[in-house]
Amino acid sequence: MSFRTPTGGRIDRNRVLNFTFDGRAYTGHHGDTLASALLAKGVHLMGRSFKYHRPRGVLAAGIEEPNALVHVDRGGGRDAPNLRATQVELYEGLVARSQNRSPSLAFDLGAVAGLLSRFLPAGFYYKTFMWPASFWKRLYEPAIRAAAGLGRAPTAADPDRYLHRYAHCDVLIVGAGPAGLTAARAAAATGQRVMICDEQPELGGSLRDEPGAVIGGRASAAWLAAATTDLASRGNVTVLTRATAFGWYPDNLIGIAERVTDHIAMPDPNLPRERLWQVRASEVIIATGAHERPLVFPDNDRPGIMLAGAARAFLHRHGVLPGRRAVVATACDSAYAAALDLHAAGVTIAAIADLRANPTGAAIEAARAAGIPVRTGCAITGSTGRLRVTGALLGSDWVACDTILMSAGWTPSLHLQSQSRGKLRFDAATASFLPMAQPGQRSVGACAGEFDLAAILGVPVSGAISPNGSHTGLVPGASAKRAFVDFQNDVTARDLALATQEGFRSIEHVKRYTTTGMATDQGKTSNINALAIVAGQLGNTIPEVGLTTFRPPYSPVTFGTIAGASRGDLFDPERRAPMHDWAAAHGAVFEDVGTWKRAWYFPRGRETMHDAVARECRAVRNAVGIFDASTLGKIEVVGPDAAEFLNRLYTNSWKKLGVGRCRYGLMLSEAGFVWDDGVVGRIAEDRFHVTTTTGGAARVLNHMEDYLQTEFPELLVWLTSTTEQWAVIAVQGPDARALIAPLVAGIDLSPEAFPHMSIREGTICGVPTRLFRVSFTGELGFEINVPAEYGPAVWEALMAQEAPTRSPTPYGTEAMHVLRAEKGFVIVGQETDGTVTPDDLGLSGMIARSKPDFVGKRSLRRPDMVVANRKQLVGLLTEKPDDLLEEGAQIVEDPRQPIPMRMIGHVTSSYPSATLGRSIAMALVEGGRARMGSTLYVPMPGQDITVRVVEPIFYDRTGARLDG
Amino acid sequence: MVDRRSPLAGLAGAAPSIPAARLVALPPCARVVLRTAAVLDLPIVQDINRAVVAGGVASLRLGPDEWLILAPDAGPIFAAASGHAAAVVDVSHRQVAIEIAGPRAAEVLNGHCALDLGAAFPPGMCTRTLLGKAEIVLWRTGADEFHLEVGRSFAPYVWQCLEEGRREHA
Repeated sequence: MSFRTPTGGRIDRNRVLNFTFDGRAYTGHHGDTLASALLAKGVHLMGRSFKYHRPRGVLAAGIEEPNALVHVDRGGGRDAPNLRATQVELYEGLVARSQNRSPSLAFDLGAVAGLLSRFLPAGFYYKTFMWPASFWKRLYEPAIRAAAGLGRAPTAADPDRYLHRYAHCDVLIVGAGPAGLTAARAAAATGQRVMICDEQPELGGSLRDEPGAVIGGRASAAWLAAATTDLASRGNVTVLTRATAFGWYPDNLIGIAERVTDHIAMPDPNLPRERLWQVRASEVIIATGAHERPLVFPDNDRPGIMLAGAARAFLHRHGVLPGRRAVVATACDSAYAAALDLHAAGVTIAAIADLRANPTGAAIEAARAAGIPVRTGCAITGSTGRLRVTGALLGSDWVACDTILMSAGWTPSLHLQSQSRGKLRFDAATASFLPMAQPGQRSVGACAGEFDLAAILGVPVSGAISPNGSHTGLVPGASAKRAFVDFQNDVTARDLALATQEGFRSIEHVKRYTTTGMATDQGKTSNINALAIVAGQLGNTIPEVGLTTFRPPYSPVTFGTIAGASRGDLFDPERRAPMHDWAAAHGAVFEDVGTWKRAWYFPRGRETMHDAVARECRAVRNAVGIFDASTLGKIEVVGPDAAEFLNRLYTNSWKKLGVGRCRYGLMLSEAGFVWDDGVVGRIAEDRFHVTTTTGGAARVLNHMEDYLQTEFPELLVWLTSTTEQWAVIAVQGPDARALIAPLVAGIDLSPEAFPHMSIREGTICGVPTRLFRVSFTGELGFEINVPAEYGPAVWEALMAQEAPTRSPTPYGTEAMHVLRAEKGFVIVGQETDGTVTPDDLGLSGMIARSKPDFVGKRSLRRPDMVVANRKQLVGLLTEKPDDLLEEGAQIVEDPRQPIPMRMIGHVTSSYPSATLGRSIAMALVEGGRARMGSTLYVPMPGQDITVRVVEPIFYDRTGARLDG
Repeated sequence: MVDRRSPLAGLAGAAPSIPAARLVALPPCARVVLRTAAVLDLPIVQDINRAVVAGGVASLRLGPDEWLILAPDAGPIFAAASGHAAAVVDVSHRQVAIEIAGPRAAEVLNGHCALDLGAAFPPGMCTRTLLGKAEIVLWRTGADEFHLEVGRSFAPYVWQCLEEGRREHA
């Protein structure tokens, strides 16, 4: 049986679309929504309610729909739950399912909850499932989650693409109904940059539901077409449809979710599914219209009961009738317009039941003239039917019907204005909160309480009925039982009354206790009714009760839209060092160091990590290894005061460092703790090449720039990040000099001419180099700095060297860590944790006490910084050489003491050392240097590991190997 | 002398042709950061956040005492700064240049960059900004042409962000 009108609506009757709902095949037309197409087939039952699993039909025609939430499945992981059927545009092959029912919509086992509803009042979770506490996680919560709720979240990865767009404009108009269109045209005419967005597929808003209106002598459809064409033709106007302004963020930043392809059966894969617009507007004009309020009476939620305006929208947009025989229950004139239009379309209007004792005006006259029975002062107090309404209780009179259309009046949509912290005032005449203008924003049209089309459009209008009249709260004389206020959250008038009886006074508390106005719906249809009921219970007025805060998003936004392109490879920049591709091609395993990918180790054949690292370490100790150190932070410090600046930033002295020499520098925070370290080379009198830890590059530059700009602005020195300018190839091992010698020109590499801790400029492989003679391994070592894009070729040239040495062994960060630990070199961030002083590390010799000041100097004299039992860096050797300590493990003096034990330190670094044939570790231990030779314990699950405290240096104590 | 390898070599070679937003990896050049409060004998731009090309040398004033100079050769800049209180640092390899051009170029940039690229950002304007999570220098070289200076390790990320954004204009 079809409920489609023979003509009319804004659908394309020549385009028939096939779709399925809960597995059953249907057809609709292009221009239908899922809801209108189902209604055209007489299907009202589209969902089950959140808590009681009551059968629910379509209440509204748009974004405010609380009941008809469906799951749309496009296959291949493209599925979306909780879509409003009233917003899902039909396309060929659409597959939709109902939600929150089992096994089917018509027979839902969960509906037993409805029979138990007197045991499931507001706050029942809090009352019923109090104890035992352990039951909450295991039993109560899983059971409640299974029984109550919305759709199921998809589990497969979302294959769709999403994009973001930033935009700026002079005027952004939110909503393209009559008020928004009028504001947009006015703004466009001034030549300003204008954007207008609307969540519907086409412009017009409520004007589309007024085909009989005559605007300035033109039919409303013609006026709308002209306005649409006018805006589209202007170069200074951007029009967004299917675009919901969902959030207001500071300084007029509006978040808009644009649905680009959801309405298309076979979308172009180059198009994003959705686009998040972040629009910064000098002025925002809010033209978001109003939502119609339901009447609150018992069983007001049966399928077939809908808002009067929704029925009108389905008729005029989609050519769909809600039923054959309707009762119209209202307190507002606009329902008369719906009754008249449906009457004209062939629907029997069994009665108009008007709550008002003596409604007057053109609408009432017209209804009477059309022969529609109008009952005034008549309250609707009940309904019958199960999966579809069958009757309405008007006073004491049951009236048979298949449809009830209701209207308690209209609630201005204040969501965006409220999100902007806009001020509101209460208008008692219309029982509405109304927005007040703010700097940079104003509200126009219905959302500002202006419903008169002529006033909105500024031209004479005939043939339209203004929505005069309103009612709030429970229908007089009706029971509060099963009288739904918030349909989406299954909150009844009785629940609200109960909450106030239980002592809740603040509307914010009532909201949380009952859940009214929460979740995705954000109280679009329910807010004012809920406030009125609470106000009535408390003996207050609505403005005294106040309005709850509307929160973004106005309607749900997909995670994909929020993420945009920031997924997978584009979630974060993955920084690759210049020689990355070579390492990848040669089997390197990479580790993440900040956002960098660094080669961790280079396994050969079936080598384990342990084997590979051991081999790499032995190669460095016995021959020569090669290492990509490019990620080290680098800062070029240049200017006449460069040395003075470094003198103030580092603990040690820089003024006497000769050109061509390097020095290891230690930098403190203002609090006196080790902040960063690195080798600094003096390139010229006024030019230093500073290196930092890999992770510290940006932090150290900021730290330096901060001091330069705020503390030392008189210094003539400038800082430039050169981390990415240089590829750095560390060549380490006894054969290092022999390896590089054939490739280097312009530098005397002899130990006399080029001693340890020197820097020279020359060429390697014909490209300019800053060649450092430094060592982080304890072996003879060089760090070859070449301009980054030459790095790979220089690396390959070094690898290709076969005489006079064998080609070098590439090693990764793990071998680097082991080699430096064997030498007791600290890593800032591993041996230190932000509470470690230079003396704690045994580096008090790095402090130039004669300097007048340096960052952190004063803090080093604080009493706590000099106490004897501070944690100090020591070496640890396990009693059994093969025992490997865990980094972070706690250290105690006596493992037999009662728990909690007194912990006196922790392991900072621990490795198996192939060179030494045993494990080694470093640790911070209270008064550690006074404990040399003593035995301590590291309690671990199942055993206490016995360790001996030693100097934190395990190999080549004299440093003889530095010279090769 | 050994060969140079751009971090964009692979990506640029595989890029589809999209005339509405062309994406090009620009060839290498000498890049110099000049920091000074002194007046040097160099034909460099004086307006803040503006770039000027003179004699094949582009100068971008990014701060009160900061210029980025793109030139065939860095030598003359070092020479001009010699004897002044100034810092000249060669950053030729620190960053790479990407050009995006075409009627949709600004839109594609605004997919990841929050700046107003309308009349507030005319040709000749330049600034340091963010593209997604990467710092870039953005220079509008023409009504529909933009030159991006990008840190070398961020270049593939920036390239792929722009590639993702311009796909819908293919």
